[in-house]
Amino acid sequence: MEKSELEAIADKERRARKPVCVSCCTAAGCLSANGGEVLEGLRAAVPADGADERIEVRAVGCMKLCSRGPLVRTQGPAGGTEKPPDEILYERVAPADTGALIRAAVNNVRAEHPAIDLSQPFFTRQKPIVLENCGRIEPERIESYIEANGYRALHLALREKAPAEVVKEITRSGLRGRGGAGFPAGVKWALVAKSPSERKYVVCNADEGDPGAFMDRSILESDPHRVLEGMAIAAYAVGASQGYIYIRGEYPLAINRLQSAIRTARRLGLLGGRIFDSPFDFNVDLRIGAGAFVCGEETALMASIEGKRGSPSPRPPYPAEHGLWGHSTLINNVETLANVAPILLHGADWFASVGTEKSKGTKVFALAGKIANTGLIEVPMGISLREIVEDIGGGIPGGRVKAVQTGGPSGGCIPAEHLDTPVDYESLASLGSIMGSGGMIVMDESNNMVDVARFFMEFCMDESCGKCIPCRAGTVQMHGLLKKICDGEATADDLALLENLCDMVKHTSLCGLGQTSPNPVLSTLRFFRHEYENLLVAEAIGT
Amino acid sequence: MKVTTLKINGQLVSASPGATVLEAARENGVEIPTLCELEGISNVGACRLCLVEIAGSPRLQPACVTEAAEEMEVQTDTERLKRYRRMTLELLFAERNHVCPVCVANGHCELQNRARENGMDHVRFPYQHPDLPVDITHDRFGVDHNRCILCTRCVRVCDEVEGAHTWDLSGRGTQSIVITDLNQPWGEADTCTTCGKCVEACPTGAIFRKGSTVCEMEHRRDRIRFITDARKKQEWNP
Repeated sequence: MEKSELEAIADKERRARKPVCVSCCTAAGCLSANGGEVLEGLRAAVPADGADERIEVRAVGCMKLCSRGPLVRTQGPAGGTEKPPDEILYERVAPADTGALIRAAVNNVRAEHPAIDLSQPFFTRQKPIVLENCGRIEPERIESYIEANGYRALHLALREKAPAEVVKEITRSGLRGRGGAGFPAGVKWALVAKSPSERKYVVCNADEGDPGAFMDRSILESDPHRVLEGMAIAAYAVGASQGYIYIRGEYPLAINRLQSAIRTARRLGLLGGRIFDSPFDFNVDLRIGAGAFVCGEETALMASIEGKRGSPSPRPPYPAEHGLWGHSTLINNVETLANVAPILLHGADWFASVGTEKSKGTKVFALAGKIANTGLIEVPMGISLREIVEDIGGGIPGGRVKAVQTGGPSGGCIPAEHLDTPVDYESLASLGSIMGSGGMIVMDESNNMVDVARFFMEFCMDESCGKCIPCRAGTVQMHGLLKKICDGEATADDLALLENLCDMVKHTSLCGLGQTSPNPVLSTLRFFRHEYENLLVAEAIGT
Repeated sequence: MKVTTLKINGQLVSASPGATVLEAARENGVEIPTLCELEGISNVGACRLCLVEIAGSPRLQPACVTEAAEEMEVQTDTERLKRYRRMTLELLFAERNHVCPVCVANGHCELQNRARENGMDHVRFPYQHPDLPVDITHDRFGVDHNRCILCTRCVRVCDEVEGAHTWDLSGRGTQSIVITDLNQPWGEADTCTTCGKCVEACPTGAIFRKGSTVCEMEHRRDRIRFITDARKKQEWNP
């Protein structure tokens, strides 16, 4: 494969495009709302009377406003007779509606079907970098990705940059790990690049497990090649020739799309031996998780890839020095790797111009909860929570925001009075929450915060691997105390014991899962202590 | 010989090169409580009793897997550590059914010893009273899951010293349980060589010799140490 061949594929793809394009979302959200039949219906409705020369139906990825799915977008030819809006996004399309939508698209008019206002803040306030191809390209066709400038960054890296230059570019961009902790990606890459290890590995952590989070799934379902390209660039930069994607088994569609993406990339010589006629070889294999949340923790993830029980081990040693099978290993999250190709193509300065001083670029969030617009959003770092919740999310219909939960079970609840906090790693941490991987759950006045804490604690208890005592037995007791408080049977002594236990579990647990499991309790205690105290009784029942 | 010099509880001490903080402490007569650690097998840092404070480190570090470093300043016995250790032990006692007066290991139990040494004289958490089985299908040994603290010493000694890997873990979190082979009754586990190393390794009365009654079950850790010393150091006299 050479660059001219890439361009030839892109040209062919562009020439094959027809004037009218009807795109149907085929990501998991819309598919679960019968999107598959909508797609079939659209394809069947294209008339074979010559109009099929002018219209095409494409199976694209996530179009973001998941709560209104299945979504179908029609793009008409530029400059039609009636001057139709060139892009219409129809919401809640049923298989029965498909005929009318296709007829309208063929005739260049707007169909009698509810459409979504594309000028609303939900779309206009977003800043797509990671999701730039999401909902635009066909995830199951590599040609579609190549048309969208795909694999150009890999070519650039392999043919025009030394590995150290690539690492430098990532370091300069200020990209930080999107998996939760926000460790500078460039520093991690440099550590692995410098390691004298004979063999090195690159691992993509796609074991997204936080309740309410679906960013990584959407990226993989909508633009799988973007992640493969990021991995290949990372491997070139650090000197690895084998990569693994550790993906949870609950994501069958993402697994399928990744498998087919790896196969087609290999067929075109974009993975495998001597990529772009350089001496660089790189292969990617999938490893499928069996349903343990703890396997998203990097040491447990590596144990699982090695075929062992997925339980964490003490760090140090870190994966960069002692990773898979003892070799130096680079582990990055899906979203981190999806940022790599645009950074190389547009430069570190361009990337660093987005975001804040210490948090560069954008962050993808899965916006959920009691909010008008639930779905996938990508916003520049530094945007305020209020803009996300009230403008992009459209607020809570008929209610008031009480708190925003970020970071999943390791995160915390930020109360409404702090909604003007900018979304960056440090600001969220100063409020006792974390950026996390990107789950964002908006809660209204009907949510009892003690119950929210109890919910997350139950999650941590069920997902504790059982290796260390504070997490294994501590989460059980914390959950028991929270339940006792919720049931109105706890005294002030119980609350004090809960606080002591939270402190102990936080500081003595072996891995991040245990260390952060008290966070939902600690953050709700910090801002909503009165809700706990209101539930206490003066004396223990039965004494 | 090159040695590492560090401070433990304010005392300047020296340690053999490559020694862990735990080994350095022991070489110098400083006791750090442990439960999942056993001489001769690998360390996993799971019980968290040996956590120590190291100057400059924001996190507490497990002494059993932290290598002693030059000029390191270690505190092993602060009030905070003692509080955490007592609470860890309380959590263990509340987790399963540890009834010392009827236990074969009463008086020879590491869990009991750690509780006594660390001043854990009562448990503030509700006992969970799980319903757990006892497997006495093996000819010579038995396992009582009520007394298991999931330290995985049996798993490690069986895998690393005997090479049989009969023991492993099944389930997760508080539902974890040690199993033999693919969760068959111990008596039907083909890989078991009946060597008894797991019996000697067990810190409590969970794995016991059949026929022993209350207080009779003493563990012969020296048998495991004899084998590992013989292999590693070529020392054949116990």
